[in-house]
Amino acid sequence: MTTIVDKESRSVISSAVLSQGTWQKILAFASLIALMVVFSVASENFLQPDNLIGILQATAVNGVLAVAATFVIITGGIDLSVGTLMTFCAVIAGVFLTYWGMPMPVGILAAIVAGALCGSVSGTLIAKMKIPPFIATLGMMMLLKGLALVISGTRPIYFNDTPNFPMISQDSLIGAVLPFLPIPNGVLILFIVAIVSSLVLTRTAFGRYTFALGSNEEAVRLSGVNTDFWKIMVYTVSGGICGIAGLIIASRLNSAQPALGQGYELDAIAAVVIGGTSLSGGRGTILGTIIGALIISVLTNGLRILSVAQEWQTVVTGIIIILAVYADILRRRT
Amino acid sequence: MTPLVTITDLDKSFPGVKALKKARFDLFPGEVHALMGENGAGKSTLMKVLAGIYRKDAGEICIEGVPVDIASPRAAQDLGISIIHQELNLMNDLTAAQNIFIGREPKQAMGLLLDEDALNRNAASIFERMHLKLDPRAEVGGLTVAKQQMVEIARALSFRSKVLIMDEPTAALNNAEIAELFSIIRKLKDDGVGIVYISHKMDELKEISDRVTVMRDGEYVGTVPTASTSVDTIISMMVGRSLTETKTEIPDLSRHDVVLEVRNLQRGNAIKDVSFKLRKGEILGFAGLMGAGRTEVARAIFGADPLDGGEIIVRGDPVTIRSPRDAVRLGIGYLSEDRKRFGLATGMDVAANIVMPCLNRFLSMKMFLQARAIRETARSYIARLRIKTPSDAQEVRFLSGGNQQKIVIAKWLARDCEILFFDEPTRGIDVGAKNEIYKLLNALAEQGRAIVMISSELPEILRMSHRIAVMCEGRLTGELQAEGATQEDIMRLATQRRSLTADAPGARVEGAIA
Repeated sequence: MTTIVDKESRSVISSAVLSQGTWQKILAFASLIALMVVFSVASENFLQPDNLIGILQATAVNGVLAVAATFVIITGGIDLSVGTLMTFCAVIAGVFLTYWGMPMPVGILAAIVAGALCGSVSGTLIAKMKIPPFIATLGMMMLLKGLALVISGTRPIYFNDTPNFPMISQDSLIGAVLPFLPIPNGVLILFIVAIVSSLVLTRTAFGRYTFALGSNEEAVRLSGVNTDFWKIMVYTVSGGICGIAGLIIASRLNSAQPALGQGYELDAIAAVVIGGTSLSGGRGTILGTIIGALIISVLTNGLRILSVAQEWQTVVTGIIIILAVYADILRRRT
Repeated sequence: MTPLVTITDLDKSFPGVKALKKARFDLFPGEVHALMGENGAGKSTLMKVLAGIYRKDAGEICIEGVPVDIASPRAAQDLGISIIHQELNLMNDLTAAQNIFIGREPKQAMGLLLDEDALNRNAASIFERMHLKLDPRAEVGGLTVAKQQMVEIARALSFRSKVLIMDEPTAALNNAEIAELFSIIRKLKDDGVGIVYISHKMDELKEISDRVTVMRDGEYVGTVPTASTSVDTIISMMVGRSLTETKTEIPDLSRHDVVLEVRNLQRGNAIKDVSFKLRKGEILGFAGLMGAGRTEVARAIFGADPLDGGEIIVRGDPVTIRSPRDAVRLGIGYLSEDRKRFGLATGMDVAANIVMPCLNRFLSMKMFLQARAIRETARSYIARLRIKTPSDAQEVRFLSGGNQQKIVIAKWLARDCEILFFDEPTRGIDVGAKNEIYKLLNALAEQGRAIVMISSELPEILRMSHRIAVMCEGRLTGELQAEGATQEDIMRLATQRRSLTADAPGARVEGAIA
């Protein structure tokens, strides 16, 4: 009995030592804490509850997009269309709710289904037509940006007929139950998306194949797995999650802004990378991605509180991305 | 005489594995010193430390009596140490000459431009020294594995190395190429080069090596002169016990059902009109030289590559196999010769790899992984196939080649396929593990599974097969009953080129397989 326990604990220890993703996560988490400590020392406003909630609120959209991007990046692919897909989905919600006057649940469903459909198109281009992910999603990024502008006539669509729409991200369900924790729904949605995604990645066949595709797609195919199908599924799921991001942002702005969206994909990819997911595929975690997204928000918020100019904030974010990836590389060099 | 290399008390650990424990080795100028041991014995690790790829944890390395610290492959090269890896390290899009002189290109125009002519001339002169007919301008990716290996050897030679480490250099070579390699090795010996030769092939060691050092579980077992030591002694040093080789008893299969029949398989130049039958419980050996089209036939039947024509009949029903998924559904499994590229997701753990083809069996609600059941299955195969791994959660890339191969086998056993294609199942695997795999193949056949075993090692073909099909240049050139077949019979068929048989009226008759 003791030997079995010994073996068990040894394997746990060795896998903990081995898993570079874990190290990166610890490192990322430590950086997050360190950043927060620095900012709270530098400015007393930083740790104010309102500010912290503001940070979470600001993370919601990028966080959800980053979760979407994590799925794709673990397969060894890349999705440049997450930002404009988000906008496209917001516009679709606007079309259903404002143009056609449908009830709110229909609009919500339409946005998510539109996202999933667009994702499945990207996935099909990549899996069936063998177009490299970078090119396929670059094409989708521009195509969706254009479509969003065409459909909306280049004007924002306001959700005036759907008074409850802003509640999706702005109300606080948690606050209603726990008045001292007025966390907005947008953040709640982020956490739900993250937890479900994390479970899907680690506990389901879909998640297992996602990692396997990034690890050695040919070996998986030769194992008799329908790799094309699963790859399309990954992009479909990722697209659906972009639809959720579209709802959050539309709800927060109480409008679908068709010109918005481009640039979001890079923030999302940055969060994923800072969180320790390998761009070459095969490894990554949702928790890491969330921490990565939080690091970006904390940095932006903290630097703003310290009155650092916007352009310098961008410079710092760039440096952080490079440092994060370099730290990961140092870890691997054993 | 001062030894070229003296290694004493070398330790090296990897996460979860102690790969070397006080390992020892020495090498004299002008000698071929074979390094043997089962998979995971630490041979490759020891040599990678010597070649500067891994840093030692403890111990001493002396080059010509002087203690040195070999910090990088570059440092090893400067000390005159070159290594030819088991897995080739070539840049496929560059030419042979560009590969050989990468980083040391001859320059012209005051060092601003590359001197391609000098580059190709230098490469050509090395090829000449090796008696190798190869265009230095040939793109490496388009060469056969054997030719690629020759390019690797040429690269090592170009360093004028004093110490040359060869890790399984003959794994992908045919007999003629091996003879060529050996003549090069003998020439290097005469020049005073010390050669470390890692191989599992006993007959080769007998032929080429002067001394043999045996390792087991990362430790030094002993060093013996090759000439005066029997193969059995060396094997028992390796495994710590003696092995008995037994010839497979060939069962009478004439009443068994035909589970797989292939008719007139056709695919470009690779597969030309191949037809054969495979019975339940049968081991059909596929012999032939490298590039004869055996792997292509297996891949085509498995749906990995598209077919131009032909019929595949599984258990009496004609079937269409468009993808590996179709094949697996029909109970056909394929174990690739190149396990790293086609067999394993090396970044994932042992358990994930073993259950990959049969993940559907381990799902609740068709969705959620049953972690406990997966782990139990993985553990049972780890125990059954004696896979050396710290745990089922170990990433596959940290395991030795032989253990990785066992994981590929475990994968298909777990899937429970009725028809199995084993493509070079013992490539790069030591004697002890080889025997285990042979036993496994026999056991599988006895259970009624039908096996096609592709092998380039004739003794293996003769030992394991119930029936032998021989291929040459994409065609089946003949079939032999294993009983009474000889290596010469097989080689005759394996070299039966089209040009020799085209105008012989009996050729087609011989090519047809009942």
